[in-house]
Amino acid sequence: MLRNLHLVLLAALLTLLGGGAIAYKASVLGLPLLPDEQAEVWTVQARVHFQPRRQANSVRLRIPRRTPGFTIIDERFIAPGYAMLAEEDEGGRSVRWTIRRASGPQYLYFRATVVRGGSPDLQEGRPVLAERPALEEPFATAAAALLEEVRQGSADIASFARELVRRFNEPAPSQEVALLTQLAPEPLDRARLLTGLLAMRSIPARVIQGLPLAPGPPRPLRALLQVHNEQRWVTVDPETAAEGWPEDFLLWTVGAAPPFAVENHPRATLELSVERNLADALLLAEQRLEAANRELFEFSLFALPLETQQVYRVLLMIPVGAFIMLLMRNVVGVSTFGTFMPILIAIAFRDTGLLAGIVMFTVLIAAGLLARFYMERLKLLLVPRLTSVLIVVVILMAAFSVLSHRLGIEVGLSVALFPMVIMAMTIERMSIAWEERGPGHAIRQGAGSLAIAAVAYLLMTWTPLVHFVFVFPEALLIVLAAAMLIGRYSGYRLTELLRFRALARPAEGGPG
Amino acid sequence: MSWNPLAVARRLRQIGLLGLNRRNADYVLRHNPRRFYPRVDDKLITKRLALAAGIPVPELYAVVREEHEIRELHERLAPYEKFVVKPAHGSGGDGILVIHGRRGQRYRKASGLLLSREDFEHHLSNALSGLFSLGGHPDHLLVEYCVEFDDLFERVSYRGVPDIRIIVFLGYPVMAMIRLPTRLSDGKANLHQGAIGVGIDIPTGVTRRGVWGTEPVREHPDTEHSIVGLRIPHWDTLLDIAARCYELTGLGYVGVDLVLDRHKGPLMLELNARPGLSIQIANGAGLLHRLQAIEALPDPARPPAERIAFAREHFHTR
Repeated sequence: MLRNLHLVLLAALLTLLGGGAIAYKASVLGLPLLPDEQAEVWTVQARVHFQPRRQANSVRLRIPRRTPGFTIIDERFIAPGYAMLAEEDEGGRSVRWTIRRASGPQYLYFRATVVRGGSPDLQEGRPVLAERPALEEPFATAAAALLEEVRQGSADIASFARELVRRFNEPAPSQEVALLTQLAPEPLDRARLLTGLLAMRSIPARVIQGLPLAPGPPRPLRALLQVHNEQRWVTVDPETAAEGWPEDFLLWTVGAAPPFAVENHPRATLELSVERNLADALLLAEQRLEAANRELFEFSLFALPLETQQVYRVLLMIPVGAFIMLLMRNVVGVSTFGTFMPILIAIAFRDTGLLAGIVMFTVLIAAGLLARFYMERLKLLLVPRLTSVLIVVVILMAAFSVLSHRLGIEVGLSVALFPMVIMAMTIERMSIAWEERGPGHAIRQGAGSLAIAAVAYLLMTWTPLVHFVFVFPEALLIVLAAAMLIGRYSGYRLTELLRFRALARPAEGGPG
Repeated sequence: MSWNPLAVARRLRQIGLLGLNRRNADYVLRHNPRRFYPRVDDKLITKRLALAAGIPVPELYAVVREEHEIRELHERLAPYEKFVVKPAHGSGGDGILVIHGRRGQRYRKASGLLLSREDFEHHLSNALSGLFSLGGHPDHLLVEYCVEFDDLFERVSYRGVPDIRIIVFLGYPVMAMIRLPTRLSDGKANLHQGAIGVGIDIPTGVTRRGVWGTEPVREHPDTEHSIVGLRIPHWDTLLDIAARCYELTGLGYVGVDLVLDRHKGPLMLELNARPGLSIQIANGAGLLHRLQAIEALPDPARPPAERIAFAREHFHTR
């Protein structure tokens, strides 16, 4: 019992490990459970447009660095003739394009391909008080009065910020708010003003700017407010006062600095557009993994060369086939030649197809058996005889291929993929069984092997399963656990019920 | 007859039928330490151990280990009219050659067929290179005394030697049967080769019921003599030998194969660490209840005589 407990615990642990890894990869890393699954992919484009001057031109564009909830899997800069320099600062990344001489309207592009991934929230950055606005009268009095009112209507830092925002968005704002709004007509200025007001109350706050990922016409960046409540950053929408990270929001830059600047060109424009597409989920998941979790990616099957990946698509299915084999032998009770021979045959079926495979296998074995029976009369020693059978098998295979090629049956060529050593051993064992136990027994065992090979083949080539095991090799841990559990299965085999059915007749067996 | 697997399984569990999975998991794996396997898998070692323990076995005439020894064998065997060649690691009676006499240069098999010297040598050479051994490892061969069976069995066996199989668990003989060769089995005493299995009542040593293939039988199909109600001679000695094989091998779950020789009485032929399950069909009863009765004993370790007494008290075959 104790031994069984140990086994059950071990199996449970393996299942948990495998299941957990699968759940993590499916839900967090977003690897698709089914093949041909589609996933959303956005192409985000920023276009800077300006009329150049007759002197050196310099353009600075902020570009996303951290993108909570999303992963940039590809980015591209299109600015012909410009020198490009990437820069990093507190607020994120920016790119600086410079050109000595340019003529005609200038268009510079930044294009990024973005997919979902990671948890959506931004907690990076130390809480720092924003710069307090130097307010003149009557603004200073208005601000002080407003903040005092807000203080009375709020409980903590987050609710203070929300209350403040709410007052700025009332349909009929109070006098103070109306006054202060004159200072900041634009949403970005408004957000900056809010951080300033919060700083007057010693509340660290910052502006973040991002792009709502929804298809539609070009739009400006949206500014959000983040206040630090001494534990974490709380995101507040400066227009609706809603708390929390908004959905489908691609963070572009941290800080209230304008997203782009062209030296001496006040009339330059920035146009942001979003395009949504569907793409193969597995491909995206791979790219996302590569972009976001470099280490994890490098230690996964996706990092292997493509041909090797193809090999593993087959190899990883062998345990599944072996498990079928195990079920058929220990639970059903089918007898086979050799423990794993049917699986090797099943792998050969991958190239021949099921029906053609079974026909070719049967023909080969039958012809081999004839040769083997003839050799029996020659009284050869064991190893020379096995070698002879092997040679005959190879000759038969070659003859089979040539013949079927002449007849125009191309599938006959794939006979070469049968594991010939295994075939030779099977023929030898079958002929021994034939003589020792009778033809019925030998044919039954041969048919059993073939049946298991067919079932294993069908399962080992079932696309959803192949995909699942390849993308989640952890599933093999679960197979391992199941195999170990069956290792302690002590119930009857299905065929035993048939074999001992005479004992089950009520008249026959009394309790022993 | 409609065949309902669930009902059959329930019924089989009721009569305590031991399945292959359970035999392996709960009895073979648990009670048979692998390091003792050579004691039963190599018939030469079995024979030496038995001789040392005073258990009667067929006399060993020769051992063949090398290919070249096969040719010398003809001369070495010249003194013996009858003999048996066995691969030391053979399983289930495979590869056993029974020679009942000679005609000129040729050997006569138990079936009456004549075997040329070349055929004889070929068979031995095959056996030597491991054709009949588990896993196909090179093997060695034993040539030993050919048992002449007791008159009792003359009428109920076709040519070969009937042998008695007793399952011994922790030294207790739990179930027994006698295997009768038929024309179908070519004189061999293996059930899967077509021999008849006849269940023996442990307390009395009387045969109770027979099974041929999967059919119950009461008469021998070749001789038409009744196979039930026969009293096995030397039953006490047979049980004693079987029970002592526990100490001999250290294996908790073992099948003991015995024969009754006309001149020498009971002889132990070989042991099996994974004895088959057909004995249950021959006895019309499952092994499990008997095995569990022994497992339930507070003090199963007793001297052989007491173990036999316990078995004779409890293990009836009706």
